[in-house]
Amino acid sequence: MPTQKTIAATGNTVVAEAMRQCAPDMMAAYPITPQTTIVEEFAGFVAKGRVHTEYITVESEHSAMSACVGASAAGARVMTATSSQGLALMWEELHIASGMRLPIVMANANRALSAPINIHCDHSDIMGARDTGWITLFAETAQEAYDNTIMAIRIAEHPDVLLPTMSCLDGFITTHSIDRVCIMDDETVTGFVGQYTPKNALLDIENPVTHGAFAGLGGPFFEFKKSQREAIERSRAVIKDVGAEFSELSGRPFGMVETWGMEDADVAIVVIGSTAGNVRHVARQMRESGIKAGVVKIRCFRPFPYAELAAALSGVKAVAVMDRAESFGAEGGPLFLEVRSALYDATERIPVIDYIYGLGGSDVRLELIETVLNDLSEIAAGAQAPTGLVYLGSR
Amino acid sequence: MQQLTEIRWHARAGQGAVTAAKLVAETALELDQYMQAMPEYGPERMGAPIKAFTRISSVPIEIHCNIENPDAVVVLDETLLAIVDVAEGIRSDGVILVNTCKTPEALRAELGLQGSSVRVASIDASGISLETLKRDMPNTPMIGALAKATELFDVAPIVSHLTKTFGKKFSQEVIDANIASVTRAYEEVSVG
Repeated sequence: MPTQKTIAATGNTVVAEAMRQCAPDMMAAYPITPQTTIVEEFAGFVAKGRVHTEYITVESEHSAMSACVGASAAGARVMTATSSQGLALMWEELHIASGMRLPIVMANANRALSAPINIHCDHSDIMGARDTGWITLFAETAQEAYDNTIMAIRIAEHPDVLLPTMSCLDGFITTHSIDRVCIMDDETVTGFVGQYTPKNALLDIENPVTHGAFAGLGGPFFEFKKSQREAIERSRAVIKDVGAEFSELSGRPFGMVETWGMEDADVAIVVIGSTAGNVRHVARQMRESGIKAGVVKIRCFRPFPYAELAAALSGVKAVAVMDRAESFGAEGGPLFLEVRSALYDATERIPVIDYIYGLGGSDVRLELIETVLNDLSEIAAGAQAPTGLVYLGSR
Repeated sequence: MQQLTEIRWHARAGQGAVTAAKLVAETALELDQYMQAMPEYGPERMGAPIKAFTRISSVPIEIHCNIENPDAVVVLDETLLAIVDVAEGIRSDGVILVNTCKTPEALRAELGLQGSSVRVASIDASGISLETLKRDMPNTPMIGALAKATELFDVAPIVSHLTKTFGKKFSQEVIDANIASVTRAYEEVSVG
């Protein structure tokens, strides 16, 4: 295994470092809290000549993603980062990037959307973009944010995939906390990500192509969408292969779904992002008092790992889903809808309860998780499950 | 060192508490510990009360939330005692360390902790800073005082880390002044 360096750094610092090591040809970026230090530190690398990237400062996120789309269509390896309102402002270009099959890699610092104004963590921004056709990876820790960013390049640029990929980390909790992180050397990352050989590059003047042209009535629009569906389905195998290869190099596990204690669990919590650690910590404690709790962490949200999730949850008596985003008027939050759907084909009907938590950075105290596991334990023993979702810890 | 030590920092924005929380975490890493350091972000105005957190552990730290039951509370500005409940949630065997000229006994009375098992420690970090750094930057001396009051580290790893990290951006004079302030605070802190 190649040697790694253990450092004290924030999630944003190590994402910027991963991006430098991936050596994109182009980055267009606009700062937004809590993402800013990623593109700021990357700009520093460019200024110091530590990476040879065409760095374009633009006047908005709309322009940032537009410039990224142009550069990627031209044939460049492209990376950027955003958050919250910035991601929302990129909305139309997110669809254009995936529709044009451009393997742009973007970090997203998960943050609430206004109103009221809030700069702290939740998953409203990224869940709002869940249907834009981007592969979406989530990090629990700064370490996973670093690892995911590097893997994202390989996944996005794989010839079977060619889809934009987002590497998401929780705003402030992961972006701004200093954590212990292992960093690979530049040669290892360079070797792992390899050279990008674009397919259908606009600048390949020997083979002229058109990107994103009019495909209206009678045109191939419908078939384009079908090909996007096929590509993201193919990405499942690529994500697993890239994850396995990266694990070999890093010594750190990667799964689209990562489980803890599920071998004999009676109750389980499904969770995304930095809260997974809080949940594991409490589950470990509650096991000492006889509650057989397990944890299922979703590390890849798009494509959604339905089969893996259903397999992980088979045999449990009650499931809680932790949603850090709303889908107002739906039966539950975005993750709940996926989990219930994944369990539809299960032979045993498992009660699934949705907990909306941590919106706008509301602190995820350990006793809140205890409440969830106590609820589940009672439901597993025959108590009535609550009807409707639960706002966990709201005043 | 116990398995997990949780430290909560109280200061006014601009006093260097976030840097101190970070320096303590980095020092812990050099001793091959696991650590976290995070500020509690809010409206950023110079002088506004802020909090920061440091966790240090001999095993990986999984939790990501604010510290509600700290083992140690560090107060960089004693005027905060009147407006912030710095003792909130402190563990019964914890320690509260304040940058002040007052004695631990006087502090204990001011904090309403008479008869409590919580330890109270005082250090004139601003005074030390004015003498060594020629300005009121209480953050580095508070690290020295914290190390002694909690028995978290010896002074040597702090000095070694400061030398390494400050060496990249400050003059030898500034580094020496910081080392002097850390060392003096380590020696002069009174715990009651």
